[in-house]
Amino acid sequence: MSFVLVQVIAGGLLLGAVYALFSSGLTLVWGMMNIVNFAHGDFVMLGMYVAYVVYTLMGGGPILGAPLATLVLATVGVVVYFALIRDIMKGPMLAQILGTFGLALLLRYSVFWWFGANFLSMPSNIVGGTYAFAGLRLEASRLLAGVVALLVTFGLHLLLTRTSLGSKMLAVAEDQTAAQLMGIRPDTMQAIAWAIAAGATGLAGALIANFFYIVPTVGETLGIVAFVTVSLGGFGSVPGALVAGLLIGVIESLSGYLIGAVYKDIVVYVLFLSFLWFRPQGLMGKM
Amino acid sequence: MRRLIWLSVVAAIAIAYPLLLSSPFQQRLGALVLLYAIAASAWNIVGGYAGQVSVGHVVFFGCGAYAAMGSYAKFGLSPLLGIPGGIVLAVGLAAIIGVPTLRLSGHYFSMATIAVAETVRLIVTNTEWLGAAVGLSGPTVPRNVFDLSFLSSLPYYYLFLVVLVITLLITWWMTNSRMGFYLRAIKDSERAARSLGAPASRTKLYAYMLSAALTSVAGALYAMMFGFVDPESGLGILISVKILIMAALGGAGLLFGPLIGAAILVPLEEISNSWLGGKGAGLTFVVYGAIIVLIARFQPGGLLSLFTGRRKPGADKGAGHAP
Repeated sequence: MSFVLVQVIAGGLLLGAVYALFSSGLTLVWGMMNIVNFAHGDFVMLGMYVAYVVYTLMGGGPILGAPLATLVLATVGVVVYFALIRDIMKGPMLAQILGTFGLALLLRYSVFWWFGANFLSMPSNIVGGTYAFAGLRLEASRLLAGVVALLVTFGLHLLLTRTSLGSKMLAVAEDQTAAQLMGIRPDTMQAIAWAIAAGATGLAGALIANFFYIVPTVGETLGIVAFVTVSLGGFGSVPGALVAGLLIGVIESLSGYLIGAVYKDIVVYVLFLSFLWFRPQGLMGKM
Repeated sequence: MRRLIWLSVVAAIAIAYPLLLSSPFQQRLGALVLLYAIAASAWNIVGGYAGQVSVGHVVFFGCGAYAAMGSYAKFGLSPLLGIPGGIVLAVGLAAIIGVPTLRLSGHYFSMATIAVAETVRLIVTNTEWLGAAVGLSGPTVPRNVFDLSFLSSLPYYYLFLVVLVITLLITWWMTNSRMGFYLRAIKDSERAARSLGAPASRTKLYAYMLSAALTSVAGALYAMMFGFVDPESGLGILISVKILIMAALGGAGLLFGPLIGAAILVPLEEISNSWLGGKGAGLTFVVYGAIIVLIARFQPGGLLSLFTGRRKPGADKGAGHAP
């Protein structure tokens, strides 16, 4: 295998870890409440802008921006849950899709209106330098994003499978009434799930803001990536999202390198559609 | 009887409007309302009656628009002759999207429609033969009346009115046919409908294909009126958003819902654009987003369902959809 190819794959894995991080947020609410957040990608976009604002106002890098973006988005998640999701969850499918899709528009164009349609970017020296590993050259900002995303995704998996909070959330997902009889408040658990899901997008946004283009419409592409990741990995499965996220990251960078940057989104979309045709139950999940 | 009176009043207003309010701006506004009403009524067949939220409907709009402009720009024919080609393209594409996704839960369908619309937009933007980012133009100077290139909006207005009436008649006929009954049953409970022998996936697919064909006609008409199509105006996801929000605001699954939605939103957008200029573009969609969220949260049946009582849209009997 040529050496450049290894470099491209490594880059894809690092980006894929970030995809896995924000997709595990989507898979959590989808698996737990059977509701799909069409604004998920725009949550990531908000995270990027929070990081950008933190930089322009205070000159802070990801050390300040990432926790703040996580916090801001977690709050957004809780507010969205109580103001919108809790009511449309019980409504018809039309209301569910329209509700979160409308939210996506609202967020996207509020940012568009405020910041304009220009491509913004963080200065490259904020997380500067490149590291050399066994001949591989990795940018520090991508390395940071990939490693943090991987650790947090793994932590999220542990939280959901190894703690009492995770068990409570699982109980609510299985049977709300039964969980209520056991003294668990479904409302609280679902709000926490939204806080975690949105917080994950905030963190992911702040991490990729250092090397991604920052533009209001970036959420659309990222939203589809998250959707593809979750449908490949299976609903509610964080490990599934991790594998699928890494896979999509690699496929995207390989196709960007081999076919051309313009076509890398197309490759992901076509992959998604062919999966719907041939393996709708996902890579490892059940229907 | 009351319905008949209402219908004749609405028809009389629709026919007299461009003669009474005859400034170019008002006539153009009227034509645009009718055009979006056609597209939103077409969306309503799959989004309202079949309950499958297509977010990428613009792809069919684009099929029609590109077929109409392509038949002129590539073959020197009247744009009208492109309409059948656009319909074939749209129906074929609908089958490709619909066959796998309509078996799955509605979210897959919605997401797949976005993915297809974006894929087609990206491909067209990078295809030199289809004009890439610049798009295709129609006839600048009409050779004859079949080029459908008029300076005034008046001919477009009446053309669109005729097509809208045909679209509404098809929708009305569909709701009263076997297919309409299947769709209502499926929307109420797909499992129950299936167990009673209603072919759920196939019926939804037919509704989707019908909707795609009519949307493609709307796209062709749009391109003829504006004389050109480019990836943004013919395939941009925001066109889908407009179509969808008009139907949902008026009342998805109600015959006249999309018309009401278009009659409210098109003037709103045109006026806000002329007041705010370029800066208004972002703001318009902020307002659109807020409207969709509010409908979904408080009145999922749309505005028209306020007047038709508390019945669930689509769950009522027979032709009871008309106000």
